[in-house]
Amino acid sequence: MTLKKVLVTFALGLGFSLLIALHPGFAQESHVGNLTGNAGSGKQLYRRYCIGCHGPQGDGNGENAPWIDPKPRDFTAATFKCRSTPTGTLPTDEDLDHAVQRGFVTTNMPSWNPLTPQQRADLVAYIKTFSPRWKTEKPGTPINIPPETPVTIESVLHGRELFQKMECWKCHGPAGHGDGPSAATLTDSKDNPIRPYNFSTGSRFKCGETNTDLYRIFMTGVDGTPMPSFADVIQPNDAWDLVHFLRTLQSLHTPEEGLWKKYAAEHPSSIKPIGPDAGGQ
Amino acid sequence: MSGKFRVGARALRWSAINVLLIGAFLALVSFSRSSTTAHAAPLPNLHVRAIPAFARKYGLPCSACHTAWPELNNFGQVFRDNGYQLGNERDSPIWQNPSYFPITFRITPNWHRESTDHLAIDSVPGGGTGSMLVSGKVQQNGFDLSGMDLWTAGTLYRNISFSLLPSSDSTASFHFENAWVRFDNLGGSAWFNVKAGKFELDNLISEKRFLFLSNNGGLYQIYHYDVPGTTNDFGYGDNQLGVELAGHSKNSYTRYSVSVLSSNDGNVGFTSGSGAPANRGYDVNLAFSQAFNAGSWGLERIGAFSYFGQRPTYYETSTNGGTTLDLVGLGNKSFYRIGVAGDFFLKKLEFLPLFMYGHDNAYLGTGGASTSALPPGAKAPAFVGGFLESHYYVNPQLVFFGRFEKIDVAQQAFVNAGFPSDYGNVTAYAVGYRWYPIMFSRAGLAFHNEYAITKSNGFLPLSGDGGGAQVFSTASPVWSSSIMIGFDFDF
Repeated sequence: MTLKKVLVTFALGLGFSLLIALHPGFAQESHVGNLTGNAGSGKQLYRRYCIGCHGPQGDGNGENAPWIDPKPRDFTAATFKCRSTPTGTLPTDEDLDHAVQRGFVTTNMPSWNPLTPQQRADLVAYIKTFSPRWKTEKPGTPINIPPETPVTIESVLHGRELFQKMECWKCHGPAGHGDGPSAATLTDSKDNPIRPYNFSTGSRFKCGETNTDLYRIFMTGVDGTPMPSFADVIQPNDAWDLVHFLRTLQSLHTPEEGLWKKYAAEHPSSIKPIGPDAGGQ
Repeated sequence: MSGKFRVGARALRWSAINVLLIGAFLALVSFSRSSTTAHAAPLPNLHVRAIPAFARKYGLPCSACHTAWPELNNFGQVFRDNGYQLGNERDSPIWQNPSYFPITFRITPNWHRESTDHLAIDSVPGGGTGSMLVSGKVQQNGFDLSGMDLWTAGTLYRNISFSLLPSSDSTASFHFENAWVRFDNLGGSAWFNVKAGKFELDNLISEKRFLFLSNNGGLYQIYHYDVPGTTNDFGYGDNQLGVELAGHSKNSYTRYSVSVLSSNDGNVGFTSGSGAPANRGYDVNLAFSQAFNAGSWGLERIGAFSYFGQRPTYYETSTNGGTTLDLVGLGNKSFYRIGVAGDFFLKKLEFLPLFMYGHDNAYLGTGGASTSALPPGAKAPAFVGGFLESHYYVNPQLVFFGRFEKIDVAQQAFVNAGFPSDYGNVTAYAVGYRWYPIMFSRAGLAFHNEYAITKSNGFLPLSGDGGGAQVFSTASPVWSSSIMIGFDFDF
């Protein structure tokens, strides 16, 4: 190899490296708490942990995607289920970090809590390189969540009324088993069949496990799925009542469940079934 | 799919790989010359483990749980600590497709060369007239197979996990490397998990999941070391029989374990490693480690361990017709191993240091019955040693690794018995790399190239290299080296 060829090869290599280094994708950052995530570091981590499902292009077409249900998230669409921000807006970096840290129960997405906070922040930064939306839009402003109202039987009963009135049962089923009359027809934004959440199994929701998390799900909606935002439909106090009722559908011992069981035992005749011909109380 | 991994500096990486492959080929050619041969030394059963059955179950690539398989990263450690469960409420086998069967095969077709010097060999092959034992070298090379693992592990139900590992040597002679059932998250707490059966001690640095495969490199010397002459058969790296209580924080940063184990080094049928009857005693192992988040450097972990055991010094016997039958070990005398270890990351660079001190009772060291007086000059043998291992992860599919190991005898069992002061010391080095062209959620294939060399002063290398010959002189160091090139696959 002549000196000229060596120099040309070196120059091409240097140029290629600079091209990679200066690629907008690698300039992407995330900010989680006081940590700054770096997309370049995140790429290595993505390749190690995420690529099998979400794919090299972040489009949810990894090698495992055909075998997974529900399908892996398509980062190129920048549509995320779990957000603190209003429906249709981009999530905050903290939202993405929480999703990575928490995982999605009953799916193939595990909790990546064993990674260090810096590693998760780096991953968030890299995930944001897959969609141009992150360059043209800013994340939404997190919704305001008022203090939780007291857990009372009146609150539970009102929540039950809302569950009937707002037709939540059509998808989630009268008993919250995810078997409502519309359940079998539901698809997500990519036309993949999707099942409504079954409250009777599991101890956690996909977007968290606290009452506040459940409240947030109503008010932000689960983007990319048929679950809408109810922010413009119900008042905060009503949303808390709905939260308290939904807690009674879980197979857990909760204060709400205790109140409801006691009431149901004492007032069996006053309880109307939930469903198409019922009043919900 | 491997092509999809090759994003970025693809050409550059291929150049590096080509250099490595050519290097491996040249090494093979340069060392495959004939030499003094004895029986072909089999590659020992490679006690390194990874379970693609889990990758298939959860749809995760090998690299999700392994820094470079089979070594676990913290995510894999959490998964293992949690009873092979991700905690997604789909861990129980009732959620699996009925056709799913959690079984894993692993074997390594390879070429390897073994060379050991200062062995006692006949000056005339066959030991004919005029032959005498002289110091010589035994060198062998050729294509070979490793042992094979046929491993099944997973969950029997939510929070009940299991493992069964029938493992063979290269001649398909099987034994149970491990077999246990574990009750996980007792009382809903990750701090209480109980395991019963045969299992690996809760080592911070696992020999079952390390990166070395060659004869001399494929074992931590200190995990199998006993001062020469002692009757103690204990090896810290050997799987043991017993019960373990273990616990961990949610992210496994904090971990502990307490084990009560039979005093027979994990051998079944109430026998010891030598085949003699075991005693009726029990050993105890304690381990603790704590990890710290070091920001962009990664996760840093330090830990300590201690093992307290006992071994018999004589046997209850039955003599009939001039034949004496050993029935059960008696006269137990104690030994212990204590140490500290660490796992430190500096971004892509990992360091694994370990320090251990070992002490045996003088009766074990001298081989005398505890009912008799110790011979004059008898001392309790002791050793001190450790290793420093390092890995450099170029990317999830390429890792370079090396290790330096040193063991010194701190106290000989007999003083002034004619042995050199450094008799029993060990020094070992190993370097290599592994390239993983296939690393799916279904299977893994690694190209493995390794060189290891060991110096054991006055005794045979722990690798067993040397074709069964004895050392020529206890005053001379025995050098034993291994070169290995192979394809390590796991399905």
